[in-house]
Amino acid sequence: MSESAAHTAIEAVARNSYGRLIAYLASRSGDVAGAEDALGDAFAAALGRWPVDGIPQKPEAWLLHAARNRMIDAARRNKVRQDSGPFLEVIAEDAETMAATHEVFPDERLKLLFVCAHPAIDIAARTPLMLQAVLGVDAARIASAFLVSPAAMGQRLVRAKNKIRDAAVPFRVPDPPEWDERVTFVLDAIYAAYTTGWDSLMEPSSTHHALAGDAIALGRTLSQLMPSEPEALGLLALMLHCEARRAARYTRDGEFVPLDQQETALWSRPMMEEAEKHLRSAAALKRMGRYQLEAAIQSIHANRAVSRTIDWPEILLLYEGLVKFTPGIGSLVGRAVAFAQAGKLAAGLAALEAIPAERIVNYQPFWAARGHLLQLLDRHEEAGKAFTRAASLTDDAAFRAHLLKRAAEIG
Amino acid sequence: MKYALLVHEPQEYFDSRKDAAAMAAGRAYGEALQAAGIFVGGAGLESPRAATTVSVRDGKRQVHDGPYAETKEFLAGFGIIDVPDLDAALEWAARHPAASHSSIEVRPLLGSHFVVASGKPS
Repeated sequence: MSESAAHTAIEAVARNSYGRLIAYLASRSGDVAGAEDALGDAFAAALGRWPVDGIPQKPEAWLLHAARNRMIDAARRNKVRQDSGPFLEVIAEDAETMAATHEVFPDERLKLLFVCAHPAIDIAARTPLMLQAVLGVDAARIASAFLVSPAAMGQRLVRAKNKIRDAAVPFRVPDPPEWDERVTFVLDAIYAAYTTGWDSLMEPSSTHHALAGDAIALGRTLSQLMPSEPEALGLLALMLHCEARRAARYTRDGEFVPLDQQETALWSRPMMEEAEKHLRSAAALKRMGRYQLEAAIQSIHANRAVSRTIDWPEILLLYEGLVKFTPGIGSLVGRAVAFAQAGKLAAGLAALEAIPAERIVNYQPFWAARGHLLQLLDRHEEAGKAFTRAASLTDDAAFRAHLLKRAAEIG
Repeated sequence: MKYALLVHEPQEYFDSRKDAAAMAAGRAYGEALQAAGIFVGGAGLESPRAATTVSVRDGKRQVHDGPYAETKEFLAGFGIIDVPDLDAALEWAARHPAASHSSIEVRPLLGSHFVVASGKPS
């Protein structure tokens, strides 16, 4: 056995099974950090053994067995956790069964996702925790994407894991009536990973970009684990539709291109088709929700690639539905713009002005939308002011330049 | 797994705790915990005005009138329950009659994590 072949095998197991192994160990012990430590040690042991002994027939079973031994050592060192015996036995039995039969070990990733997005976990820790525990994304990369120091992010993650262990947050898939709310927490945490990765796209190789890919991977995992949950499919479709336009969002010179002016030839057809497929599957389940509506709005924009026009009245209808599910400021602003684009300018401006002032003070999309509507109404001076205000609220340099250009054009 | 349910009440509710309706709701809740077999202990507390604080510094006992710190909310009662996990504890905390107007802090007892089946010898 060559060293490099063993390394390739270990990397493949890490890539394909990391989340499943962590989820399995953590769901048995209730301890995410302990599972990560034990699995980390098991991988290190594999790096030592596999080049010598050869790659085991069942690499996952081998790793689980090694991880379990580490957990026994850890339990011996830490007398407080005296009752760790029963679950360690279960892990050992499962590892033996796996090694002896064709059985694969149970996939507990859904439980792990629900634990990461449990309401008892700090909301700022949920998305980072998911990225780390389920995908194995390293803490430094998560920290850079969330614009906090690696030390602060490390602390946030440690605190969340300690909470899971010490408060005994259960590894379980919730039942109705809890289900809907708990699913929403999981979906929101995944979507937060995507939007964190979406905001700044100037460098295609940046951390942000990679995080958007991680979010889509989480979305795929989730929709595979709960295929009959339409909102999981809706979220995946939404992310794919947005991701499909990555190459069209900026010109070669780095200038921002608004969605309705993007070169549709630059949109990724495979991603759009996949998004549409998921959206159709979701619709067949006949339970509407926020993410399906948002994906449907994006689907109409995507249809411009075929029809050359945007069906704004249909988008307006979808926004009317969306504000019923989430009267969030984003959907309220989107609805106002849809009014205007559908030809109802006065209604659009009224809808914008109905949003409470304290919610829009620092909300950039509101000011950009207001500028757009006022410009359509020939109220140029006010429009210019709104665009300038929007420009002062964005951290995306290309978008700022775009807003200032619009302000200058009408000024 | 044992959890403390700590009831924090603002002054206005604290003062009405001895109303007949509040007393009956409290009793019913206690009976429900007993019936479920999860009740370890607990009680409502008298007003912080009845509290005296003790500390020992350099071997010298210091006694003060009143609670440790002045706050807008008071610890009005506590219960200790023994349930399998946090979700079960949260469910029982939500049923507490004070939960509809005050807040219930749910905290695991120290050193009880990893205790899978308490009460049995390990």
